[in-house]
Amino acid sequence: MNNEELKKTANEVRKSIVTAVYSAKSGHPGGSLSAADIFTYLYFEEMNINPKQPKDENRDRFVLSKGHTAPGLYAVLAERGFFPKEDLVTLRHTGSYLQGHPDMKGIPGVDMSSGSLGQGLSAAVGMAAAGKLDKKQYRVYSLLGDGEIQEGQIWEAAMWAGHRKLDNLVVIVDNNNLQIDGCVDEVCSPYPIDQKFEAFNFHTIVIDGNNFDEIRAAFDEAKNTKGKPTAIIARTVKGKGVSFMENQAGWHGKAPGEEEYRTAIADLEKAGEA
Amino acid sequence: MPEIKKIATRESYGNALTELGKEHENLIVLDADLAEATKTGIFKKAFPDRHWDCGIAECNMTGIAAGLATCGKVPFISSFAMFAAGRNFEQVRNSIGYPHLNVKIGATHAGISVGEDGATHQCLEDIALMREIPGMVVINPADDIEAKAAVYAAYEHEGPVYLRFGRLAVPVINDRADYKFEIGKGTVLKEGSDVTVFATGLEVSEALEAAEMLEKEGISAEVVNIHTIKPIDADLIVASVCKTKKAVTVEEHSIIGGLGSAVAEVLCEKAPAKLLRIGVEDRFGESGPAVELIQKYGLDAKGICKKIKNFME
Repeated sequence: MNNEELKKTANEVRKSIVTAVYSAKSGHPGGSLSAADIFTYLYFEEMNINPKQPKDENRDRFVLSKGHTAPGLYAVLAERGFFPKEDLVTLRHTGSYLQGHPDMKGIPGVDMSSGSLGQGLSAAVGMAAAGKLDKKQYRVYSLLGDGEIQEGQIWEAAMWAGHRKLDNLVVIVDNNNLQIDGCVDEVCSPYPIDQKFEAFNFHTIVIDGNNFDEIRAAFDEAKNTKGKPTAIIARTVKGKGVSFMENQAGWHGKAPGEEEYRTAIADLEKAGEA
Repeated sequence: MPEIKKIATRESYGNALTELGKEHENLIVLDADLAEATKTGIFKKAFPDRHWDCGIAECNMTGIAAGLATCGKVPFISSFAMFAAGRNFEQVRNSIGYPHLNVKIGATHAGISVGEDGATHQCLEDIALMREIPGMVVINPADDIEAKAAVYAAYEHEGPVYLRFGRLAVPVINDRADYKFEIGKGTVLKEGSDVTVFATGLEVSEALEAAEMLEKEGISAEVVNIHTIKPIDADLIVASVCKTKKAVTVEEHSIIGGLGSAVAEVLCEKAPAKLLRIGVEDRFGESGPAVELIQKYGLDAKGICKKIKNFME
């Protein structure tokens, strides 16, 4: 896909996110929207996946370590054809397979259940290590929140991944600088994030995570990096694409009301026409 | 009395893994800087490529195992029970239990028989924690033979299994031709008519010895080995207690949440009977040689015999 197509697709993903969370009357739109471009690039350009064979053993894997942004993952999986887009409105509803946090047992395309922060990266590291052991060519991607990296287990996983030189692993930190209680640097600063990963023997790349040129260049660089895992620190805007949600910590875990939903969709329709 | 062979079940764990490793390429053993103590070092010697030391980071080890399991591997994660079940509880619940991944947890150094290391390392809560997780199998083998059989059965079982092993060398009691191990099936080791003693882990041999002492006092005790705490063998428990009318549980674990609770749950619902739970009372352990601690806490044959005698009066 070229950048224009990627932008259009990401815009559709954003509409799905807002619609799903609106229908659920709860959920996490802010961090889903900030990472929508990364989700889109991964599933439409970067990863070797096949919606018809979601369990193919040679597929690339993705672990959403910041599992609360499930609406973003579900939206892109549906857009890519893993399950019907119409199902997105059942998000968080009783009886729906679209659980509040990713459930690998019930959702086609979800490679690991996640949601308890700090745990997903370890599973991704396990998948990458299995790939190395079996001499498989698949790659493993894991998306982390910048608040999530306050969890100690992230650094246990990073230490081991660096130690084992897992160059088939790419960590992406969605650095939107906001967490529930406020700005991450005010709550408990994880900065400098790139230097921390460097210290754990990662190759690091800092990009604008809402810019497809930079996203593409970063993933290409990661692919060409041998002997160490890569961490992409993606600076993003929380709530990206919805005017009243952008850079507002309050939209971390809140659903839009009816009026807000109309405004959000109007914003995204407008962006789609541009 | 003839000399009885004694082996620590952690040793059996290391040996069984090594045997399994010969047959199964997909078996990976993970440890967290305790390979010498958990005895996975035996496996490491034989299969260095499939023994991964995760360093002192049990939670990450658990997540790595989850990831491995999604790729068709059968990982055995190994640490002391305190860390494998205690520190790790939420990782086991959410990264292994919830997705029902095929990870085996080899937890050594359970109970007060850890000995000198004291309370911080004597896990008395692991059975309670692990049996609470939906889909988790919890096995507490009694001796070398049973521990090895449990490891083989755990490998064959599709889904998460918690295996509880001890540091202390314990008598081999199951060395007989007709020994059979089946997950979820208890075994009557001695028949009796006055009371049923349900024991698990290293307390099985102590309970057997206590039953002999009770026999001399005119009390006929049936001894049942409950190696699988979950799924619990409800049919056997009910059948035995319907016959004897009284039940005793013996475990090297807190009396809250372990075998005692599991048996109480079964009996209260299906066959109410008088019940005595023998185990570690609501308290922490302490430092001391394992055998002395077992005596001090009344978990040796003599202590068990005394408590059952009082209970029967």
